Amino acid sequence: MTALRHLAALLVGVLFATSGDGAHAQSQAIVMASTTSLQDSGLLDVLLPKFTAETGVSIRVIAQGTGQALATAARGDADIVLVHDPEAEDKFIAEGHGGERRQIAWNDFVIVGPAADPAHVAGGHDALAALRTIAAAHASFVSRGDKSGTDALEKRLWRAVGRQPSLASGDNWYRDIGGGMGAALNAAAGMSAYTLSDRGTWLSFGNKADLKIVIEGDPGLINRYDVILLDPKKHPDAKLEPARRLRDWLVSETGQAAIGAYVKQGQTLFHPSAAQPK
Amino acid sequence: MTDFWSTVGSGEFARIVLLSLGVSLSATGLSIVLGLPMGAALAVFRFRGRRFLIVFINALLGLPPVVVGLALYLVLSRAGPFGALRLLFTPGAMVLAQTVLATPIVAALVHRAVADLWDDYGGALRVDGATALRSIPTLVAMARMRIVTAALAGFGRTISEVGAILVVGGNIAGYTRTMTTAIALETSKGNLSLALGLGFVLIGISVAVSATVFALGAEERR
Repeated sequence: MTALRHLAALLVGVLFATSGDGAHAQSQAIVMASTTSLQDSGLLDVLLPKFTAETGVSIRVIAQGTGQALATAARGDADIVLVHDPEAEDKFIAEGHGGERRQIAWNDFVIVGPAADPAHVAGGHDALAALRTIAAAHASFVSRGDKSGTDALEKRLWRAVGRQPSLASGDNWYRDIGGGMGAALNAAAGMSAYTLSDRGTWLSFGNKADLKIVIEGDPGLINRYDVILLDPKKHPDAKLEPARRLRDWLVSETGQAAIGAYVKQGQTLFHPSAAQPK
Repeated sequence: MTDFWSTVGSGEFARIVLLSLGVSLSATGLSIVLGLPMGAALAVFRFRGRRFLIVFINALLGLPPVVVGLALYLVLSRAGPFGALRLLFTPGAMVLAQTVLATPIVAALVHRAVADLWDDYGGALRVDGATALRSIPTLVAMARMRIVTAALAGFGRTISEVGAILVVGGNIAGYTRTMTTAIALETSKGNLSLALGLGFVLIGISVAVSATVFALGAEERR
């Protein structure tokens, strides 16, 4: 039985080591439901440690699509949200889950596609015209299909085009992958397809293959990031005080400067906009 | 490759490895505590519903991790019945999820090992005056190498699992990020070679754990 006893001793040791750690770190930490774009672009990795160093409050980031992030917060499983879908945010606030919304930064969306550009849309600045052309050419297009902020914008663009492509209506060039931004870019790279991406994730994405930006600079492709506090009446368990400190820091001069200083490949990924919301 | 070495050399990576091992070894330990008596009892006792339980536990071998994750998420969420425990998005929730996944594996394999021995030696043990209950320690001792295999199968399930812990752990940097969720994250960032490199590290760790357990077993046999 020696082997089993050794194993048991090892397991008990490890169990105590991990549970101890968990209980210890509980006090000064809040949970932030945020979006995959902010995590995958690397912004939160440089931003949040600065806040933690100043205040001692550590932030546990759950990176989900905006739809899922708001749902997580609505269930009471987060203390603060940082997302990018104004319509979904309006609904969240109207249902009484949160408020005191502040915009912290903006950047833009781009449409990326294969260098070969089978739909001949590259170089344009009109997203709706490009989508119309892609649909008419039956060129492959990857959709997130995950109710994220990016997905919501894509659906709004198709509505504006007057055509919601779907497999059900025979559009087999339209690939709904049901995944995050990175998964969609991996899929687009793998099948030489077009897709809509936020610029932050696109710039920091490591597997671009032969994808490049085909459409940018359309005013309809603006991407706003808002921070929202939970409503204490509906969510009395949420840690409102440290959450408010984080919100105030993000819109403060220090926080805004830190956001603006985040550069990848010589490009500013997020433009601070707390003072002048876009 | 510079990405790979700077990642693997960082303190953050050491934490990720330790958390992966901590969570999956804890879950394996709990699944032995629960599954070993369960499997042994199913092997030696005869009671109503026993056959059903055996079929049930064997069916749970195919339990989909993402469903276990979702069910636990709903139970542990603040809006759920055990929300007051505040376990969601903690390592504790991950241990719980993986225990649910590993326990049927341990129980089913222990049941098979002990049942075979009970068929062969049950008569002899009873002639010596042992009851079914008192035979269990003897049978477990005889089946120990197969029980170690059962434990390793449980460990294999937990260390490689990503669906359940991603849902209940949240893949929080420095807190609930494990090897598998880090690999999923790097894949989504498009850092495919880094993700693959981490995958090989994970396989290496898994091999090391199995080798250690077998080395302990070999030492015992000497």
